[in-house]
Amino acid sequence: MACISPDGKPTESGAKMLRALKSGLGSPEEIAKDAGLPLFRVRSGLRELTQAGLANRKNGKYEITDKGTELIE
Amino acid sequence: MEEVKEQIVSLPRLGEPAPAFEAVTTHGVLKLEDFKGSWLVLFSHPADFTPVCTTEFIAFAEIHPELQKRGVELLGLSVDSVSSHIAWVRNVEEKTGVKIPFPIIADLNKEVSLAYGMIHPGQSKTETVRCVFIIDDKQVIRTILYYPLTTGRNMDEILRIVDALQTTDANAVATPANWRPGEMVVVPPPNTQEMAEERVRQGYECVDWYLCKKKL
Repeated sequence: MACISPDGKPTESGAKMLRALKSGLGSPEEIAKDAGLPLFRVRSGLRELTQAGLANRKNGKYEITDKGTELIE
Repeated sequence: MEEVKEQIVSLPRLGEPAPAFEAVTTHGVLKLEDFKGSWLVLFSHPADFTPVCTTEFIAFAEIHPELQKRGVELLGLSVDSVSSHIAWVRNVEEKTGVKIPFPIIADLNKEVSLAYGMIHPGQSKTETVRCVFIIDDKQVIRTILYYPLTTGRNMDEILRIVDALQTTDANAVATPANWRPGEMVVVPPPNTQEMAEERVRQGYECVDWYLCKKKL
């Protein structure tokens, strides 16, 4: 898991992606630019965050879930 | 009598789509499609904690910024575990000060190695040889290089090939032997007699109608 540590907390890159999602950014390209991460890492990370229930994909855009928001607050 | 079944795997070829994969890497689980839109240099090495591979990884890390300028990502691979990869890259950083900035596939089940023809039993039945696959932004294989276990790769040549391919794509030209960026490029040869006659009047530097060069 690249975005979520074994203890369930987001890694540094996972937290960057969650914060970008919370700010309203929804595409991997926007998130990569905002988080300063390579696009391939963001695509893979969003997949992981979605599987963990921390993000959702709706109409082609990603958004943070309540569970994801709790983790970065 | 027991029937021996052999699976025939078609090896990737130039101009064909790169085989899709999903693999555990030092940067998490990555799919080939995660790299769509970027060029990708996918390369294999025989084993972690070995001398030639260590020099290569340092050299790949050194050209990483140049590759990034060209929109190219790097992705390493060997049949070692992800823990081995992590221990090795940490050791390289500790001993040499060079941080390995790109992911490395832990291809323990050899799924990616076999799909890309990275294991050459004449060299080693258990390790991947030194392969380089240059894959374009549409995920088509554009170059395949194979090096034996004992010969470390030439990073200049990898950069030169990327420059040549990207120049070809942008300008519909070819590049001559030993071409370097900034040098004259080869104009595609004419297909008809009329085009050949026109070609020699077009002001290119021509040896003859079939070999003309121009500056970009």
